[in-house]
Amino acid sequence: MENESLLMSYGLVIGAILISFYNQLKIERELFWSSLRATVQLIAMGFVLEAILDIQNPLYLLLILLFMCTVAGAISGNRGKEISGSHWIAFAGIFIGSLVTFGVLYAAGVIESETRYVIPLGGMIIGNSMKASSLSLNRLISEMGHQRARIETLLALGASSKQAALNAVGQSVKAAMIPTMDTMKTAGLVHFPGIMTGFIIAGGSPMTAVKFQLAIMYMVAGATGITCLIVTLLAYRQCFTRNLQLTTRRGAA
Amino acid sequence: MLTVSDISFTRENPILRNVSFELVQGEILVVLGPSGSGKTSLLRCLNRLESIDAGEIFLNGENIETPPVMELRRKIGLVFQTSALIPGTVKENIGIGPALAGKDFPDTNCHSLLAQVGLVHEHLTRNADALSVGERQRVALAQVLANEPDVLLLDEPTSALDPTAVLTIETLIQSLHRKLNTATVLVTHNLEQAKRFNARTLVLIDGEVFAEGNIHELMESEKSPLLTKFFEGRMD
Repeated sequence: MENESLLMSYGLVIGAILISFYNQLKIERELFWSSLRATVQLIAMGFVLEAILDIQNPLYLLLILLFMCTVAGAISGNRGKEISGSHWIAFAGIFIGSLVTFGVLYAAGVIESETRYVIPLGGMIIGNSMKASSLSLNRLISEMGHQRARIETLLALGASSKQAALNAVGQSVKAAMIPTMDTMKTAGLVHFPGIMTGFIIAGGSPMTAVKFQLAIMYMVAGATGITCLIVTLLAYRQCFTRNLQLTTRRGAA
Repeated sequence: MLTVSDISFTRENPILRNVSFELVQGEILVVLGPSGSGKTSLLRCLNRLESIDAGEIFLNGENIETPPVMELRRKIGLVFQTSALIPGTVKENIGIGPALAGKDFPDTNCHSLLAQVGLVHEHLTRNADALSVGERQRVALAQVLANEPDVLLLDEPTSALDPTAVLTIETLIQSLHRKLNTATVLVTHNLEQAKRFNARTLVLIDGEVFAEGNIHELMESEKSPLLTKFFEGRMD
């Protein structure tokens, strides 16, 4: 691909910014900075990958993955600032979700411990886990506010925090899993997922591409599911004091 | 039975200041005051949905901070101003308190409570979302009574009702009280309602107890200018 073609494709982002500006959606600034950030990060990652693809020391690989989890935890934790310890919660969810998924895929022989597998797939797992974590935190905060009356009614009747927040937790996990579920439901019908597209463009056989894509989808579903659960289950506890009172004033009369 | 001793509660500003009163078994205490006087906060403190900053509250001689909070909340039941019933049938809603505590709630108890709050058998299978405001308040009352509380807290239980329904619910509260003999704290901003209950009344203004006694006697006695203003309906 020529650099000019790449530049032209950025026109789509500019289009989205203009639409946002025209409709006063006020997301232009975030859209611009996010796209700029993605560009700079990916270019930097390209250089870094070229340098690190030769690394075969597992300890270095682990440190790189840990760094990625830390950054993802910090970014995602910002979505849940109202919840005490949100950065640690996001990190724990992303780290455990990624570790379990990676471990299962490695044990099943789907991926190998070579750098060229570990780093890109690790990035994919951690990235998806981060999205799931952010959505979970964001939705949980909003559900705790919307359901305040119901939660307090249950608390006043003698419910534990778990019993009182059960519905809010369920709604949050469900909402955070929607993108993953919808992607799985429409794979091959509405869109050709990333890995498969890349594999076919690169000249690979469609059936091999399908197998890889399925493994990736299971991986993303597993990672997002585990992350959502861990993040939501850790986060809802922070919404209550020791005396089972809500910590947030959201939704209060 | 319930002793509230010099309690204060602050959020951003002081909400309750040095509030004290006693409530004995079988008594109704009306807490009367204008909007924003701290009435709801007082009930929330009694149910431990809020923590007091100073003072002490005792239930049957025991500080309410001593037993586990979940247990305490079953003993001091709170009916909210606007009840948020759980999605499901009336039967599920009435039995939710015992269910949360992992206890069985026999159908006979459910039927009996339903009758006590003036609902009929057909209501049991009805969806809570399909109930009128008055019916919802009755179910909320039954929900709390299912926990067999020692003290019943009613936060403006008729504020969302039309005038006819107000009188019906008031009659219901009084008949339940006669039957169950449960110590009850009823919060209202409505002077006429306080008069109808004709019970010992605590007048709360700006988080402070301004007067205590029978409402009719309070109105006839010499009053502070602020109390006069409230009784004359010149405060919201």
